[in-house]
Parts: sequence; structure tokens; C-alpha cells
Amino acid sequence: MNNVFVICEIDEGKVADVSLELMTKGRSLANELKCKLEAVVLGQDLDGVEAQLFPYGADVVHVGDDKRLAPFTTLPHTSMIVGLFKEEKPQIALLGASTMGRDLGPRISSALQSGLTADCTSLVIGGHEDKKAGKSYENLLYQIRPAFGGNIVATIINPDCRPQMATVREGVMKKEIFDAAYTGEVNKLDVDKFLKPEDLVVNVLDRHMEKSKVNIKNSSIIIAGGYGMGSKENFNALYELADVLGAEVGASRAAVDAGYAEHERQIGQTGVTVRPKLYIACGISGQIQHTAGMEESSMIIAVNNDPNAPINKLADYAITGDVMEVIPKLIKYYKQNTK
Amino acid sequence: MGLKIVVLAKQVPDTRNVGKDAMKADGTVNRAALPAIFNPEDLNALEQALRLKDKYKGATISVLTMGPGRAADIIREGFYRGADQGYLLTDRAFAGSDTLATSYAISCAIKKIKDFDLIIAGRQAIDGDTAQVGPQVAEKLNLPQITYAEEVISVENEKIVVRRRLERGVETVESALPAVITVNATAPDCRPRNAKLVMKYKHAKTITERQSESEDYIDLTADRPYLNIEEWSVNDIETDINWLGLSGSPTKVKKIENVVFQAKEAKRLTPADEEIDELMKELIANHTIG
Repeated sequence: MNNVFVICEIDEGKVADVSLELMTKGRSLANELKCKLEAVVLGQDLDGVEAQLFPYGADVVHVGDDKRLAPFTTLPHTSMIVGLFKEEKPQIALLGASTMGRDLGPRISSALQSGLTADCTSLVIGGHEDKKAGKSYENLLYQIRPAFGGNIVATIINPDCRPQMATVREGVMKKEIFDAAYTGEVNKLDVDKFLKPEDLVVNVLDRHMEKSKVNIKNSSIIIAGGYGMGSKENFNALYELADVLGAEVGASRAAVDAGYAEHERQIGQTGVTVRPKLYIACGISGQIQHTAGMEESSMIIAVNNDPNAPINKLADYAITGDVMEVIPKLIKYYKQNTK
Repeated sequence: MGLKIVVLAKQVPDTRNVGKDAMKADGTVNRAALPAIFNPEDLNALEQALRLKDKYKGATISVLTMGPGRAADIIREGFYRGADQGYLLTDRAFAGSDTLATSYAISCAIKKIKDFDLIIAGRQAIDGDTAQVGPQVAEKLNLPQITYAEEVISVENEKIVVRRRLERGVETVESALPAVITVNATAPDCRPRNAKLVMKYKHAKTITERQSESEDYIDLTADRPYLNIEEWSVNDIETDINWLGLSGSPTKVKKIENVVFQAKEAKRLTPADEEIDELMKELIANHTIG
């Protein structure tokens, strides 16, 4: 009772990275709260799945293994988790901010009338004084996220409702094995107990999964373009530089919204979070919605014609000038010095 | 009987143009200080509804929005593109709602509309980016949901078929009706206003808007009932007041911060050739590149 839960996602038999990242975060929250960490895994053919989760510090792994639970559809998964949560009463429940987590999370939170904060960039335990009501709270989950288009950072709490729920995007939290020899217990869920016949009104007719062509997350050098690039054509200069440096091209939300780059290249709170060795930000002003996804880069070079752009405060090098003048020079002098 | 579609749309502050008066001291948004626009993905949702209306004879579209009085603009924008009916849900009792309290109020309004086959909304609004209201409305109404929709392929024989865009692929799903669909920005853009419809509906108003007109205003709604935008307050829908507004919101904003970057002293460079040359030499020397 009152433990920390992570609702895990399964991708071709493997627990998804975002879920393992949340297990790592969940383990440290559970340690701080002196409670257990529990994982929920739903799907089909899940024999032995707990072995993937114990090293991340799972004390209990709840497994619902049934053909009605794969491929993922919202209603059966909701019924399973709502049923389980009514019994287990978690204090915290975390999900990946994936298409699955962002579909399932709100449905569960509505059924349990509990609060949910989407796309958190940080989760911290802390207290709260409600002076109006004269109540004080300890050990709440601070759900911290950029809000309002990334213009501010908000700390959200759920003082009275449980579980406190949050979704977090892939790459935001670090994935770390807690103890390779750690073991816990497995709880096989009775699927028939929770599933209702009316949960099966949605059928997946067809599914095409493709491996992403863009691999920003694992690239050690990223060249990112913002709205300041001015056009899709100008983005070609970034691909050229990326080609020369062996880098990937990323983009800010404004650039993606303007159609300069594909969505899968988007870096930031509503895109991918990256930690490359070198990040070159071209024509990016540096709204938090973007910087939340790249501020942990080892080295940052900003190219911007505004000397006061916020991105310059994060940068190790700030080049003030026209991106279309600077990029060809970066290419030229890289080539000249590596000959 | 024709297909009855309810489109959920929100008027949002244009978060791409935020000034410093954007936030109030209590951490909620000062909407009055910002330009208000039709939430972009709700326009994608409206377009899907309009395509169904084009395809299925007798289909009708109602636009439902919740917000302050000026959110009636959203309904007029819907009329100008082909919507048939509009509902504005407006009351101070809804102020301060989080996604759950918002979803509850909207679900109560939909219960009052009562006769519908399909609810279509944008995936998320640009002021919150939560993507929660669609699924929560579906849950409150006990209906199936299909999120991340890119195209409603067909609505036939009491079934809807939808193509969804996921992170790494595409999925086609079929659901029983009624259902709630949320539409992605990757779906087709909304058509522009239709000039004839602009002429027809430009005087469409809510009762509050009509009453605040000057004395020589002539109310046309008696002859042309389609010019009435239904306006509902909390008293017009059946609700439990404890589930509305701030008291119905489990999430509270504890703190709002403007972002202050830790001042790291950046080395300032100009685009001069020798400076870029020097930078590249440095990066190669310390093995950052090369």
C-alpha cells in the first residue's frame, strides 16, 4: 500500500527505455519516501519479464498476461490498472509520455479522480503549506514542467488525491541499473477479475511500425535549427554541416511548427531530450520548452543574430551573426583544419 | 438519420507571442493580456468533421467550447467553415479548472446535447500541451477513445475506422460508436472560411452579446434562429458543483517561475574568419569534433 508505481510499456518483448528510466527515478523516490517500488506490465507472452525490471530496483512486478491486452488498446489497460490501483492505493504512479502513456494516463486519472501532470521535466519530493485551509502536507510529489508554450516553469502538486500521477518523456530521466542482483516478487494479475466485456469495443485492424530514420537521441554531435533559420531551404545548410561533422540535425518546436523540419527531429519538452558532446544551436532563441531538452549537453555553441538571445546564457560559445554566413565558415574551417 | 458530430474546440492564448503580463500573481494565466486564437489542433479536428459532413449526407456539426464570453469567436469561426450549431459554456464557476474539472464540465454539457454519434477534438491545446481533456471526457462519458488520429477513414454500420499516427508507426483501429476521437497536427489543415458562410453567420451571437449591443441593435434571431449561439452557464447543465473549478481540480499550481538561466559566461565570437578558424582548431584539439 502507498507505494510508488511505474506503468511499464512493452516494445517487442522488451520493457521500453522510457519505462526503465522511470524505474530508476521511481527507485530513488521510493528510497526517499521509504516505501516500495512496484512495476505494472500488461501485454501478451510476458514470461520472465520481471527479470528485466528487478535490476532497476523493482520490489514487486505486477504482470497481466493475456491476449486481450496486446496490442495496446486503451480500455482493457485502463480497467486493469484502475482495478489494481483501487486495491493497492499507490501514492505515486508514473508513465512514459509516449503515445501510449499520454492516451492511458488521463483515462486512469479521470477514473480515479486524481491529478495528472503531463510531460514533467523534473520530479522532486517536498512539503506544502496550504495557509487558507490551515493544512500542511509532507512528502508530496512536485511535478515540475515548462508550461504555457515554454515561457514559464510550473511546479504542480496534488495535495489531496492519490495517486499523484505524472508522465515523463523518453530521455528526460537517466536509466541506471540499481543492483544487478536485486530481486522482488511477481504478482500475476487475474485478468478476468478486472476486464469487462465492453472494454473490447476497439480493435486494431492494422499496424505498421517502422524504425526511426532519425537517431538524435544517441548522436554525440547535434546541429539544431530554430525559427531563426528562416526557411526550410536554409535548413539544408544544417544538413551539410551535420554531414561534415558526422552529426544529426535537430530542430526547435518553432522550426517544426513552421515546417522547416520533421517532428521526429524536435528537441525539447515536447520532443526528444538529448545530452550530446556538442550541441550547435542555430537561429534558436532558447525558450525553456527547448532548453529543457538540451541543457545537459557537454558543450553548447549558439549562433544567433541577437546578442541577447537567452540561449547565449547557456552557451559556452556565442557567435553573434547571420547563421547563413556562419555555417559555411564552420564547414570551411573544419575541413581546412582536419586536412 | 444523419451522423451527429460534436467538435470540442478551445480558444487559446497565442503562446508564441507572450508578453510579461501573461501570468497573474496566483499562477493562472492572464488571458486578457494575450491575443486569442483557435487552438491549432482543434482546427485539424474541425476539418475531419467537415470531411465527414461532405462525405455523409445529412451529417451535422456542433461546436462546443468552454471559456469566457469572447470564446464565442471560436463558434463563429466554426460556422464560417461549415459547422451548423454552436454551444458556449461560460461561467465564473469554471474558472481555475485543471484538465479534470474542465473535462467534467464539458462532459456535462455533452450530456445535455445528448444526441450525438461522434465527438472530435484536437489532441492538445497549445497553452497547456497536456492532451488530457479528450481522454478524460471520454472516460467521464464512458465512451471509447481514439487518440492521435490522423484521418477518420469511415463511419459506417455503427463503426468508425481511424488511422492513428504513433511515435514509430501507423495504426488503423476500429471502434464502436459513439466514440471520442482526438486529432493530431499531422492531419490535414482546416479549410479556409467560406465567403458565403461568413455572410450568413457574421451576426451570429450569444444572448449576452446581443444584450450588450447598443439600443438601435436589431435582434435577428427570431427570423433567423441559426444566428443564435447557445450560451450555457453552470445553471443550464446538470453538475455537482464540487467537481467544478478550483475545488474540482486535484492538481494545484504550487509555484510559477520565470526562467533564469544560471549565468554561464559564454565566450563571445563574431563571424570573422579568424575567429571561426580559431574555434574550429580549439574544438578539434580538445576532441569535441574530428
